[in-house]
Amino acid sequence: MISLTDFLIVSAALFCIGLYMIVSKRNAIQILIGIELMLNAAILNLVAFGKYDSLNNSGQVFALFAIVLAAATTAVALAIILNVYRRYKTIDPEEVNKLRD
Amino acid sequence: MTLVRVLFYVMSFIVLASAVFVASTKNLVRSVFIFFITLFALAGLYVLALADFVAITQIVIYVGGILVLILFAFMLSGKETLNTLQQQNNRLLSIGRLPALILAGLFFIVMLNVVFKINADNLNWIKDAVRTNIVITPNALVTDNIGINLMTRYLLPFEAISILLMIALVGAAHLSRREETE
Repeated sequence: MISLTDFLIVSAALFCIGLYMIVSKRNAIQILIGIELMLNAAILNLVAFGKYDSLNNSGQVFALFAIVLAAATTAVALAIILNVYRRYKTIDPEEVNKLRD
Repeated sequence: MTLVRVLFYVMSFIVLASAVFVASTKNLVRSVFIFFITLFALAGLYVLALADFVAITQIVIYVGGILVLILFAFMLSGKETLNTLQQQNNRLLSIGRLPALILAGLFFIVMLNVVFKINADNLNWIKDAVRTNIVITPNALVTDNIGINLMTRYLLPFEAISILLMIALVGAAHLSRREETE
C-alpha cells in the first residue's frame, strides 16, 4: 500500500507551489488560486491520515468541512475582488493602497 | 510495484506538473483551466487514500462550484477586465521571482525535513490503529459511517458551518451588488 510519507511529500510540494504563487503573483485571482492549492494540500493530509480512523472518520469529515469553508472563502473573496476592480480599475494588490476617504 | 502504487505515482505527477504549470503560465484563463486538471487528479489521490466520498465532494464543490465561480467572475466582468488581467510579464525565472522561488524552495526543504523526522508511518496512534484493526480497508462501507458520524458526533460543527456558509453567501451577495448612485 501507499505509505503516509508519500502523501505527506506530495502535499508538501503542493503547499510550496501555492506559497510561491501567493508570494510572486501580482494578480488577485491568481493569489486566490494559490490559496486554493494550499488548502488542497491541507485537505490531502487530512484525508491521508483519516485512513487510520474508521470509527470516527474524523479526517474525512473535517476534510469535508474544509472543502465547504473553501467554497465560502472563494465566494466572499471574489466579491471583494470585483469591488476592488470597480473602485481601482486594477486587481494588482500592490496598487490597492488607499483607504476610503 | 503494485498497480495502486503506479496509479499513485501517475496521479501525484499529474497533480504536481499541472500545479507547476498553473503557477508558471502567463495566460490567466489557461491557468484556471489547468487548475481543473489539478483538482481532478487530487480527487484521484483522495480515492487512492480510500476516501471516495471526499473525492466526489471535491469534484462537485471545487470543480463544479469554485472554478465555475472564478470563471464567471472574470467572464462576466467585461473585456477590459480580461485585458487588464492578461498584461503582465510573469516568467518563472526572472529576477523579480527569485525571492519567491527561494522562499518556496526553503520552505519545501523544511517541510521535507519535518516529514522525514516524524516518520509518520511509525507514530504511536497509527500503530495502535493498525493493531486494533480500525484502518479503513478498500472494501469497507465508509460513506454510511460518515453520514452517521456527521449527524451524531459532528453535529455541532456541522450546524456551525451551515450558519457560517449562510452568512458568507449573504455577505458575498451584499458585497457584489452594484452601488446605487448616491
